[in-house]
Amino acid sequence: MAELGSARRLPRFGFLLMLLLLPAGSALEEPHHRTNGSATHKKAFPVLDFNYEHVRIPFEISLWILLALFMKLGFHIIPRVSHVVPESCLLIFVGLLVGGIIKAMHDKAPILDTKLFFLYLLPPIILDAGYFLPIRLFTENLGTILVFAVVGTLWNAFFIGGMMFAICQIEVAHLGGVSLLSCLLFGSIVSAVDPVAVLAVFEEIHINELLYILVFGESLLNDAVTVVLYHLFEEFSHAGSVTMGDAFLGVLSFLVVSLGGILAGVVYGIVGAFTSRFTSHSRVIEPLFVFLYSYMAYLSAEVFHLSGIMSLIACGVVMRPYVEANISHKSYTTIKYFLKMWSSVSETLIFIFLGVSTVEGPHNWNWLFVVFTLVLCLVSRVLGVVGLTFIINKFRIVKLTKKDQFIVAYGGLRGAIAFSLGFLLPDDETKHMFLTAIITVIFFTVFVQGMTIRPLVELLAVKRKKESRRSINEEIHTQFLDHLLTGIEDICGHYGHHHWKDKLTRFNENYVKKWLISGERSAEPQLISFYNKLEMKQAMMLVESNSSARLPTFASAASLQNVQPKEAAPRRAIPSISKTREEEIRKILRANLQKTRQRLRSYSRHDLFMDPFEDNMSEVRFRKQQVDMERRMSHYLTVPAKRQETPSVRKVWFEPEHKVHTYDLDDGESPAGLSFRPKPRPPEGVDLVDEDTPQNTNQGTAQPGQEEKLKPSCCLSDPGPNTEEEA
Amino acid sequence: MGSRASTLLREEEIEEIKKETGFSHSQITRLYSRFTSLDKGENGTLSREDFQRIPELAINPLGDRIINAFFPEGEDQVNFRGFMRTLAHFRPIEDNEKNKNPTASEPLNSRSNKLLFAFRLYDLDRDDKISRDELLQVLRMMVGVNISDEQLGSIADRTIQEADTNGDSCISFQEFIKVLEKVDVEQKMSIRFLH
Repeated sequence: MAELGSARRLPRFGFLLMLLLLPAGSALEEPHHRTNGSATHKKAFPVLDFNYEHVRIPFEISLWILLALFMKLGFHIIPRVSHVVPESCLLIFVGLLVGGIIKAMHDKAPILDTKLFFLYLLPPIILDAGYFLPIRLFTENLGTILVFAVVGTLWNAFFIGGMMFAICQIEVAHLGGVSLLSCLLFGSIVSAVDPVAVLAVFEEIHINELLYILVFGESLLNDAVTVVLYHLFEEFSHAGSVTMGDAFLGVLSFLVVSLGGILAGVVYGIVGAFTSRFTSHSRVIEPLFVFLYSYMAYLSAEVFHLSGIMSLIACGVVMRPYVEANISHKSYTTIKYFLKMWSSVSETLIFIFLGVSTVEGPHNWNWLFVVFTLVLCLVSRVLGVVGLTFIINKFRIVKLTKKDQFIVAYGGLRGAIAFSLGFLLPDDETKHMFLTAIITVIFFTVFVQGMTIRPLVELLAVKRKKESRRSINEEIHTQFLDHLLTGIEDICGHYGHHHWKDKLTRFNENYVKKWLISGERSAEPQLISFYNKLEMKQAMMLVESNSSARLPTFASAASLQNVQPKEAAPRRAIPSISKTREEEIRKILRANLQKTRQRLRSYSRHDLFMDPFEDNMSEVRFRKQQVDMERRMSHYLTVPAKRQETPSVRKVWFEPEHKVHTYDLDDGESPAGLSFRPKPRPPEGVDLVDEDTPQNTNQGTAQPGQEEKLKPSCCLSDPGPNTEEEA
Repeated sequence: MGSRASTLLREEEIEEIKKETGFSHSQITRLYSRFTSLDKGENGTLSREDFQRIPELAINPLGDRIINAFFPEGEDQVNFRGFMRTLAHFRPIEDNEKNKNPTASEPLNSRSNKLLFAFRLYDLDRDDKISRDELLQVLRMMVGVNISDEQLGSIADRTIQEADTNGDSCISFQEFIKVLEKVDVEQKMSIRFLH
């Protein structure tokens, strides 16, 4: 209990300290300036000086970010709370506290500035979501998602706006001054489902992927609608009247905004993919290209008032398959981690600022308005979802059940986007009233709906996310079924989903990949790259878990496109392993078979699947392993152990001089064959030989000659240091 | 050729097909016109050449196998009934069908029948097992010519290793079903057109 208490106190103490520093800093400047004023007499050279103003802004920014991080730490130390209350609620609560403290000190708190939000805080979250978007699921349900996003949001906006106008007409409310257009503007702001809030809540409840993609996809795609409606109504409320021509222009504008945004994203994505083709010599800056191109896509779209979110998503989606084929493994990891990191921090900051702004902002509480807004939001959401599902189900193969509908309706959370858009409104009384209502809706959805959705999901026994690793079987059979279905569709003469997908894939393979992927990887079938990833992962795991056991032989089959069909290579006698050893190895492999590195399929902000390349523990074990092996190998002539992976490889290579070299390779050489039958090995294939067999000496002598061949045959695009790497 | 279509497809036949496959009246007529358009020989049956004339099938890696699936054992012609019977596997599963009388025979588009259809495409010799060679053949067709035999062999080995629970180095139908239990077969193997 003591630790819990101190853990709770520590973050509190931490930020209290920080907060004290803020005003203290500003207070301490005064004497400094005064002394400068009376500079007639010589003053002593200041050994120690205090100049806070100099670093004020970065200092404060850093303090805020530190605060956010401490909060995150704190919440996970207290397990009971974080299980009941979603993190977003806790963060808003903290924000409220901080806001209250700042207000108590009569200081001006930073508010969720619109520019800050839209330009700095939102893009990382969207990029993170878009880059790791499960494409297959998304495209399969695209129709449904679009209907919800476009039609649903339109319905919400008009229904809420219209009804609120009707409410405003009631004498009692004294709200006669609010025009229809203002109400519609308000409706359009408050109707959009917010991706940040949805992500924050949904990733904690681990709901099944279909529902997740429906709600999340809707929250992403409705950005275009929101942008158009917002600007439309804003323009109209200045103009005062609406004509048919304006309505038509609105529709046109919607098409331009959404398609233009996507186009901008695609263009940047292709340019980014093309750039990554040439980065083989400067691996260190590769992640930056990904981030910058995406950010530029977002900003460029914002310049033209196109949908920045859709642009960002399109850029990430287009760029990803090609970039991942081109970049090194370390860059891939960097991108993954940085995206998660930034989006995590962003999300935390957004919620904290939301809390602070609530305390800070000028409020105009109007009971009628606020209550009705809340009620109408819920009602319109439910009606919209139910009505649209009824229509959609006529076209879907897998229908949406009542439970699904409920979760979709209940998961329509509002968040910071609504608040920021509200903040953009011109400053007047109605604005404050709107803001208050928006904040109330946000609070309600995040707190009430966010907290209750988890027990409801359990109560209704909604299908949860299947924690499955993709096996090679699934991969093969899924592709098989794709081909089969395409064939059947062709026989029926029906140009359906599979037909177009097949056409796109074929176009991709024949033209696009050649341009955007460097080297031989451009011709690699998807199945092979998938398999290679499995293999290398397994190989790594085998090494780690097999510390004291003898190492098996790896028969390296011919590598991918570096196929030197030198099957005529001298047949080397591979020492056979005893049956029991083979069984043992098989068992280990089968056990480790499931722990394969996979593409990050999880939408979770907090979990990255354990990857032996990144896991520190395995790193430690691996290094220990290396040292052990080195010691053992020193007795025999060496056999370099070749564990290869795509795209990049940490190759552990033992030299006769007992030095351990690690290289980073960037080649698509496959580690293939984990069969233990003797096979002819091409020159690159090297194996760790059983220590006890005397055949070592023969192989040992053959190795040095082979070592030279090893170097030029692989593309050492990221040549690691030649000496032993420090951990 | 509308008159020919109506004379060749009698109402009783439509009813029978409807009962056997579950297609609706309009679908059956729609697919019949497709059938006749493919039937260049105008003899009421389709041969393998008729199928191969479809351009997209020629570039489909599984094209030949799919075509073969339409033809019953050893025959070279398939009539409209057979055509519909095969296509019935890809009909989307209706909700109301799930509550059907359990003693009635399983409809052609049930989950296990769909999977059986796919299984039979792998298992050419119909011994109810996918052997390593059969798997290799399919892999070779899907992956193209650039990959070495060895590599394909290791993929096949790995696949069998993952799926094989009874240790016979082949994938039986039960093991096949088990491997695909996480895949949403009802959706993957259905064509909305045939709804």
